Amino acid sequence: MAAGDDLKLLGAWPSPFVVRVKLALSFKGLSFENVEEDLGNKSELLVSSNPVHKKVPVLLHNGKPICESMVIVQYIDEAFTGTGPSLLSSDPHERAIARFWAAYVDDKLVTSWVQSFRGKTEEDKSEGTKQMFAALQTLEGALRECSKGEGYFGGESVGLVDVSLGGLLSWLNATEEMSGTKIFDPVKTPLLAAWAERFSELDGAKLALPDKDRMVEFIQKRQAQAAAAAAASQK
Amino acid sequence: MGSQGDVTVLGTVVSPFALRVRMALYLKGVSYEYLEQNVFDKGELLLASNPVHKKVPVLIHGGKPVCESVAIVQYVDEFWSGAGFASILPADPYDRAVARFWAAYVDDKLVAAVLGILRAATEEERDEKVEAAHAVVAPMEEAFATCSKGKAFFSGGDSVGYLDLALGCHLFWLETLRSMFGVTIIDAGRTPQLAAWAERFLDTKAAKEVTPPTNSVEEYAGKLQAIWAAAASAK
Repeated sequence: MAAGDDLKLLGAWPSPFVVRVKLALSFKGLSFENVEEDLGNKSELLVSSNPVHKKVPVLLHNGKPICESMVIVQYIDEAFTGTGPSLLSSDPHERAIARFWAAYVDDKLVTSWVQSFRGKTEEDKSEGTKQMFAALQTLEGALRECSKGEGYFGGESVGLVDVSLGGLLSWLNATEEMSGTKIFDPVKTPLLAAWAERFSELDGAKLALPDKDRMVEFIQKRQAQAAAAAAASQK
Repeated sequence: MGSQGDVTVLGTVVSPFALRVRMALYLKGVSYEYLEQNVFDKGELLLASNPVHKKVPVLIHGGKPVCESVAIVQYVDEFWSGAGFASILPADPYDRAVARFWAAYVDDKLVAAVLGILRAATEEERDEKVEAAHAVVAPMEEAFATCSKGKAFFSGGDSVGYLDLALGCHLFWLETLRSMFGVTIIDAGRTPQLAAWAERFLDTKAAKEVTPPTNSVEEYAGKLQAIWAAAASAK
């Protein structure tokens, strides 16, 4: 890292999008100041750095803000090319495939999993769950294609898609524990199941991924709050 | 780098995402075979080339498909790069991040806003949707000032770049909304710089190269409305 490179991450520890950025910084070996935001009382700095969305994560590099998790991850890769491994191949076609699957994780997996949690009706939620498992099945095929027999979507080492999906791991693991249903099922999606374990063991991942039990506690608290709010609004 | 190996584009003349890809190829001076698709009766090649989404656009280069317009445009930029080729994304990592941020914003918000206007059942609802579209477009006025650095385009130069293509490809649909409903989304009163940019963009060779045939967007919009109406009455 060049002298005078100041990296500050505005985040919230449970957010999978924040975790993605932490993973990228971690894998690249970059040190940064972690600023924990209270999303119920957003800081001036957050609101002025991300006026369009007012969301975390925001990465400030020498004071200049970058927003949107996958934009930030690509920025980290491009601004620090000399530092640590590349998150994208140098081959244009492989890069395009990685970008395709990174977009897929957001469009299909995140969307369906959010629906399975926040769907307004039980029907909505179970539709979300169904689509989530369909998306995971597709990602199993993607991993087979992209890994070329190696351990990661990036091949021998982690890449853009590993970071994109890796950001979700703690949430998915917590969901698994709470529902009792395997999300990374070793029978249905053996490659993904192996990937999840392998990824979690990486030093870089250990630094960035929230603790599963802490995640479960957080989700349970959120659900209790939502239930209380729903009950209160019915009185 | 780059060679004129066989390049095929699967698209429709009305899809902004396909237009974006074709404009990118035009900027690079790359010739390609264009195959117009019928999205209501999808052909074998489309289904085989984009099995995950079954959507246009698809770029097939040397027999290998690339899907998702964001991935395709960057592929085109990276494959046909170096001396003699125009650049689509800026060189500086921060400028690239800003361009990617706003392009993601456009795809996330503007498409939904356009469809909202088209689907509105009453004039009152349409007015609401038009207001929403104005709100989507509003932050881009300042974005233009920042990105253009006093020049003609978002690229910060005198010719179009990544963000120009990302927003510009939607202008044809905005023109159609004007002819169908008399509504102006990029309005010279509210967003003067953006309105001036839009005129300049539509005047470029790249835009003129891909301008949809007269009435084609309106016809397609009509088909969508018919499908929605049929679905609504089927319930």
